[in-house]
Amino acid sequence: MQHYTMNLTLKVWRQKNSKSKGHFESYQVKNISSEMSFLEMIDVLNEELIAEGKDPIAFDHDCREGICGMCSMYINGRPHGPWEQNTTCQLHMRAYKDGDTIVIEPWRANAFPVIKDLMVDRSAFDRIIQAGGYISVNTGNAVDANAIPIEKQKADDAFMAAACIGCGACVAACKNSSAMLFTSAKVSQLSLLPQGDPERKTRVLNMVAQMDKEGFGACTNTGACEAVCPKGISLSNIARMNAEYFSASLVAQ
Amino acid sequence: MLNAKIPAGPLNEKWSTYKSTCRLVNPANKRKLEIIVVGTGLAGASAAASLGELGYKVKAFCFQDSPRRAHSIAAQGGINAAKNYQNDGDSVYRLFYDTIKGGDYRAREANVHRLAEVSGAIIDQCVAQGVPFAREYGGLLSNRSFGGTQVQRTFYAAGQTGQQLLLGAYSAIERQIALGNVEMFNRHEMLDVVVIEGKARGIIVRDLVSGELERHFGHAVLLCSGGYGNVFYLSTNAMGSNVTAAWKAHKKGAYFGNPCFTQIHPTCIPVSGDHQSKLTLMSESLRNDGRIWVPKKQADDRKPTDIPEDERDYFLERRYPAFGNLVPRDVASRAAKERCDAGFGVGTSKQAVYLDYADAIQRYGKIEANKQGLSNPSDDVIIKLGNEVIKEKYGNLFDMYEKITGENPYETPMRIYPAVHYTMGGLWVDYELMTTVPGLYALGEANFSDHGANRLGASALMQGLADGYFVIPYTIGNYLADEIHTKPIPTDHPAFVAAEKEVADRINRLMSIQGSKTVESFHKRLGKIMWDKCGMARNEEGLKQAIEEIRQLKAEFWSDVKIPGGINEMNPELDKANRVADFIELGELMCLDALSRNESCGGHFREESQTPEGEALRNDADYMYVANWEMKGEHEWQLHKEILDYEVVKPSQRSYK
Repeated sequence: MQHYTMNLTLKVWRQKNSKSKGHFESYQVKNISSEMSFLEMIDVLNEELIAEGKDPIAFDHDCREGICGMCSMYINGRPHGPWEQNTTCQLHMRAYKDGDTIVIEPWRANAFPVIKDLMVDRSAFDRIIQAGGYISVNTGNAVDANAIPIEKQKADDAFMAAACIGCGACVAACKNSSAMLFTSAKVSQLSLLPQGDPERKTRVLNMVAQMDKEGFGACTNTGACEAVCPKGISLSNIARMNAEYFSASLVAQ
Repeated sequence: MLNAKIPAGPLNEKWSTYKSTCRLVNPANKRKLEIIVVGTGLAGASAAASLGELGYKVKAFCFQDSPRRAHSIAAQGGINAAKNYQNDGDSVYRLFYDTIKGGDYRAREANVHRLAEVSGAIIDQCVAQGVPFAREYGGLLSNRSFGGTQVQRTFYAAGQTGQQLLLGAYSAIERQIALGNVEMFNRHEMLDVVVIEGKARGIIVRDLVSGELERHFGHAVLLCSGGYGNVFYLSTNAMGSNVTAAWKAHKKGAYFGNPCFTQIHPTCIPVSGDHQSKLTLMSESLRNDGRIWVPKKQADDRKPTDIPEDERDYFLERRYPAFGNLVPRDVASRAAKERCDAGFGVGTSKQAVYLDYADAIQRYGKIEANKQGLSNPSDDVIIKLGNEVIKEKYGNLFDMYEKITGENPYETPMRIYPAVHYTMGGLWVDYELMTTVPGLYALGEANFSDHGANRLGASALMQGLADGYFVIPYTIGNYLADEIHTKPIPTDHPAFVAAEKEVADRINRLMSIQGSKTVESFHKRLGKIMWDKCGMARNEEGLKQAIEEIRQLKAEFWSDVKIPGGINEMNPELDKANRVADFIELGELMCLDALSRNESCGGHFREESQTPEGEALRNDADYMYVANWEMKGEHEWQLHKEILDYEVVKPSQRSYK
């Protein structure tokens, strides 16, 4: 891999707190190595800002290996930047070249209010899980793990859906700010598994109701969510959730 | 004198005896008892959920924006359990024995045996929650093997086992939140423990969004705050992982056990430059199929694929024929360091070795070709089929490697190097997981208890969940049975006021320094001292120097750190400063502990104590104890030993040859 350095212009959304009005601010960063991660590039800028006595840019991040789901930047109009199936923390600077301008915004959705700069409040996702994203089994109630054989294909599909990291890129990418991909991933995982069967109907109804209550928009099957999902969560989960919802509502009435 | 409260009786009956004789709290009284849980990783989330299910009033705290983000989520390879589903001779005793041996005979037998006993129930519980473990075509669970064992007892979900287990525990805690049994405080950081009349009665936290300090009462406090590998600055830990909660407990009287026991993981992506903010692990499961090697010639600059087989040194297979590439982590790490120090390292920095899949791809490719009935398949077909198998097993890890390095590991071997990964040391706890402060517990990586001087792969997830799901629900009742008459203490009690003032004063002091150097720069310097002098190899002279350097660094930090922003607002730099200040103090204690343990054991390698072949040389006559440190004042600690009494296992020199 050939390494190189670059100078960049960043246009970053700055917003003091949830009540204040935000604005874009421009920064020049110099001598950025192509081997750096995107967040390390922001670290470099922040160290400079602190040295100059300015307020560093606030952003969410934690594991920096693409699994905790905390990082959340909207980079040049795309959640998590240009790479396929990737999180911001795993984006590396070799994606850019000298002289590039990069625009960085927070997730934008009514249900995800900005806390500061690039940080948003995603607690709505927790509340959707609270509405039914679980199997009601108290500790100690379980039978032997091999007592319930599960078809490999179903187990694999459940895993694919369960791989969701709850970052919210799907909401940020959606023109309606819909949380259907997130919600359907959990509904799918649990409806594919026999353990999830007893609560199958109430789960989908309650989770969808909570999703609506939080102010997420409706789904128009555009597929922007799937295109930006760092974990490749498939749109077919939404179809499965719609089917689950439909059959649950019929029985409910 | 430390009393570990190990139940009497034969080893394999201790836990069942304890469970049948410990005191219970009736359901009506549970509703009146409040429990604080700090941290929501596997240990914290499973404890909070299980205690909520029992009817206790639980308050849980995490510094992230959701309990689902805790760093347990990043664990890749798997979780051990003595299920013996593979019929390959596994048993509770063998898991217990492997863990004690893997820990180089520095762990407590009774705790480890209990861990092995409950391991099976963990898998049952997780499957019941809907955790999608890998399965075979018959619908039953799949296993793979990990370092330091000769059976297949590791359950896994691709390379995302920690994620799936944590999301299981997260769903359990969210369910309890919905039911009102657990109250959750996201983006809150614990900054002190409140001790009243000798018992832990609450905590002081900072709301990281508003900057306000809050007081919370609890009849008991559980610290499930993880490990402290970030003292090295560069580690596989998350950026926010910190020692602060445990350190505050230490300052309030909890002893710190074996602080120098650090796990350096052999297979991480090497450092690429000064900008590096963290290191990324490549799961140990990769050593199932990957072969580790360096060129036989020093400073060989050829491309790895151009180096012929007989010019490669598969140094683990050469030195440890019995376990080969699956030796425990401490052994593999030191062997890699030895080759690099001797000039055989690869890559631009020469601080790396190869982890190669070419053989495994061939092997799997041929098996697949056989299955599909292809006769005389071409090399391309074999490689294509082999790559598919490897992708299913390790795809996400290979993708991650490619994203970080820009190299395709299906075509060229990975470059790897050891990095700080886990800390076996932690708060000392007794059999009931209680620290030396009554009512203050430590679970999971935050305690010292089960892994001795080296943790085996796939055992951290097991321990976190064992502590939270199956140990604390019993042991906490034994303490709380005496607390049913204790009314909740109002948080205007002088002890709460004083603790909050102490926290506020310290924050004010930090913010008033307004010096010239950033928090990050201090953290980096601390990390360098620790890595160079208290890392994979340690010696007396270096450790003494390190202690001096850390003391100087501390003085400089408290007179010259520069923290922007204000106190009563979101201020990530201030959060970081609070953590780094504690890491600096911890660093000194780690060096002190490493200095006082003049033997090599597990991950702790004292250069003065090695065999002629360069293997770690234990000294059981003088050091078969847990070193517990009590803080007496600034730069001042007193050592309390818990002598380890091996009733069942006979300690021997560990050999993987």
